[in-house]
Amino acid sequence: MAQMQTPLRKVRGLGSAKDGTAHFWRVRVTSVALVPLSLFAIGLVVSLIDAGYAETRAVLAQPIVALLLGLFVVISLDHMRSGMEEIIQDYVHGELAKVVLLMLNLFFIIILGAASIFALLKIAFGG
Amino acid sequence: MSKSTATHATQRNRPLSPHLQVYRLIPTMLMSIMHRITGGALYFGMLLIAWWLIAASTSEEWFANAQWILGSWVGILVLIGFSWALFFHLLGGLRHLLWDTGYAMEKHTATMLARATMAGSFILTALLWGVISFVAA
Repeated sequence: MAQMQTPLRKVRGLGSAKDGTAHFWRVRVTSVALVPLSLFAIGLVVSLIDAGYAETRAVLAQPIVALLLGLFVVISLDHMRSGMEEIIQDYVHGELAKVVLLMLNLFFIIILGAASIFALLKIAFGG
Repeated sequence: MSKSTATHATQRNRPLSPHLQVYRLIPTMLMSIMHRITGGALYFGMLLIAWWLIAASTSEEWFANAQWILGSWVGILVLIGFSWALFFHLLGGLRHLLWDTGYAMEKHTATMLARATMAGSFILTALLWGVISFVAA
């Protein structure tokens, strides 16, 4: 019976994961948030060019700086996760390779996020 | 999977739309490709930020080490590339947000914006590094 179906009939209902709008929206929201946060991060790095170890840590320990830099890192990572997901889905067609890379993408994001936030909190709390 | 020969034949002969390489390169197309490439580069650039934060939180020695590597000529070249990619992706992102509202979709406006994005990314990078060399001097 299978060969009685047209190719269109076979793929109908299989194509979309039905979460394209959520993905699109999330990329836009994070991109809007990242405009001021990136400019803040660039400004911070420039202001720390000549700073040594103690001064850098003192600046990073300030609540506003720690908070904004933390937001910059976390929101960047969310934006990066969406973007890399899209790149993988566009170019990797083998099912196994695709699943493995999508997982590695998440691991990369979570490890980087955990390490950065841990470092920021350690500095902020004077460790 | 049981597939009839008819199905196979349909799959083989189905006309496909041509891929990128048959089109003449135009500014909006170049921007689209570069937007993705800079996004991918920034993805790995985040490693530098995480590494720098970890160094600052670990010890004076780790921090001095990170600062030395980032301040070497290779480090500075990488950071110039990083900042350019960030400005490029940021301006490209603003362009996309503008398009999302339905404005500036007209062909000549889109091409003009594409050129402005490219020029803007270089101008902002030059300005940033001008400020940095002024501050660091």
